[in-house]
Amino acid sequence: MEAFEYIRAESLGAAVVSGSKSATAQQGASVRFVAGGTNLIDMMKLNVERPKVIVDINALPLDTIVPTPAGGLRIGALARNSDVAHHPAVQKDYAVLSQALLSGASPQLRNMATTGGNLLQRTRCVYFRDTAHGCNKREPGTGCSAIGGHNRMLAILGTSDSCIATNPSDQNVALTALEATVELRGPKGERSVPIHDFYLLPGTTPQRETVLEPGEIVTAVTLPPPVGASLYLKLRDRAAYEFALASAAIVMKLDGGRIRGVRVAMGGVGAKPWRSLEAEKELQGKAPDAATFRRAAEAALKDARPQSENGFKVELARRCLVRALTLSTRAA
Amino acid sequence: MATKTPELDAVSGPEAEGQPEQASPETTKTATTGPSQRLSRRSFLSHLGAAGLVATAPPLLAATPASAAPMEQAQEPAAAGTVPLTLRVNGQAHKLMLDPRTTLLDCLREDLELPGTKKGCDHGQCGACTVHVNGRRVNSCLSFAVMHAGDEIVTIEGVGQPGHLHPMQAAFIEHDAYQCGYCTSGQIMSAVAVLKEPVGPSDDDVKTAMYGNICRCGAYPNIVAAVQAARRGI
Repeated sequence: MEAFEYIRAESLGAAVVSGSKSATAQQGASVRFVAGGTNLIDMMKLNVERPKVIVDINALPLDTIVPTPAGGLRIGALARNSDVAHHPAVQKDYAVLSQALLSGASPQLRNMATTGGNLLQRTRCVYFRDTAHGCNKREPGTGCSAIGGHNRMLAILGTSDSCIATNPSDQNVALTALEATVELRGPKGERSVPIHDFYLLPGTTPQRETVLEPGEIVTAVTLPPPVGASLYLKLRDRAAYEFALASAAIVMKLDGGRIRGVRVAMGGVGAKPWRSLEAEKELQGKAPDAATFRRAAEAALKDARPQSENGFKVELARRCLVRALTLSTRAA
Repeated sequence: MATKTPELDAVSGPEAEGQPEQASPETTKTATTGPSQRLSRRSFLSHLGAAGLVATAPPLLAATPASAAPMEQAQEPAAAGTVPLTLRVNGQAHKLMLDPRTTLLDCLREDLELPGTKKGCDHGQCGACTVHVNGRRVNSCLSFAVMHAGDEIVTIEGVGQPGHLHPMQAAFIEHDAYQCGYCTSGQIMSAVAVLKEPVGPSDDDVKTAMYGNICRCGAYPNIVAAVQAARRGI
């Protein structure tokens, strides 16, 4: 690991000032904020991240979980994953988020990892994590070793010829289905970004993963008022402590035997947490039956572009979605 | 039933040797190098390492010990880039000068000479390094020590000692919940935390709560039995 200067931020403003000295908030940033550290320190040990300055934001008062005037929930960026997962309001009104968080990592990691840090979790693509190989995300212009390489775990939706890395987070899939808003504070003030717009597709610039600008810091995630029942289903190689091969987050309400207010997001298959408006269109206003679910799943995966080792994910993701929708109907 | 004798080695890992509880780092240092100390595996290995270095070193280096001495001493004053830190571990405050890169795990093992906490994968994937920070279990390998000023840290050495073992340590011995012992201190730190966490009553609930701790020997059935026994007893 390369040497760095350690700064303990005493205020949000001071953290923003420190962060804004970096030329980018994306891959290769010279200044990094550290909260839980579970992802950043891992990558610093691998020399994938080599910041010159580390700004410790743990002393900032950003860990509260409070109701919003609109009837939603505001989750502070420093709220630990375990605290969010076990929070009564989250368990009651946003079950999908609690389930997604508890399906990820380990109890120890969830005690450390934060809402904001999880939001910015980096891909597990083995080539991104190994500096001996080319990777356009880690080092633009060096090629994508995963295309034609070991890509069993990687994405089939939203990929490009430059990058096929998967967003590995479970939390972010749930937040996408919940239509969360990401609250940011930066050198130019505050702004709110819908999670659907927060992540960028790789295109020709896979090193840019989010809309974050230098000095911008995630202060909270805001959830709109609860819509209906919600659920997270995660399929993986072993039952615990493993990233998703395919997952589905469903928010749904049944009204007079018809599906209303349905939102569908998928994990393990997308270059970013994958919202499927196509699947939602097939479901909205329909009766919840097997044929409808299958049509929604077909629609969700119609643009899938599998790689040499992950063709199985197309059907796995479809079945994951059908299963999740079936379970959601029972819960709704 | 239990085939192993309840000795400290088996409770807090193969390297933790008879360190007096609440020992200051200075005391610990003296104890591990002092002539009256019984030969521990850790001190034996570190002496062997030094002897091995001399034996295999080029003749020029071996013949000029005077040039090696200043190098050792040069590490004593605060090195460039180090930062001051007061770390509270097992109820004691320690004043340190640390390179910010030092993980909490390395700080505990190397600077505070508390080797009961183990380094397994060093990437948050095995749980061997589990300690408690402000009462919650965490992976000490994925945290910088400098991030823990003001935090209350507890390691396996602070959980219990020979003569007054924590009930969970006693349960691990009673149920033979280890083979090589390398993961054991991390398992026990997680298991002690489980006593306070919202974990259901079944064996499956315990397995789910403990999946952040890998045991390559596969002592899982006995670990679950030990955790359940300790939960029933408390």
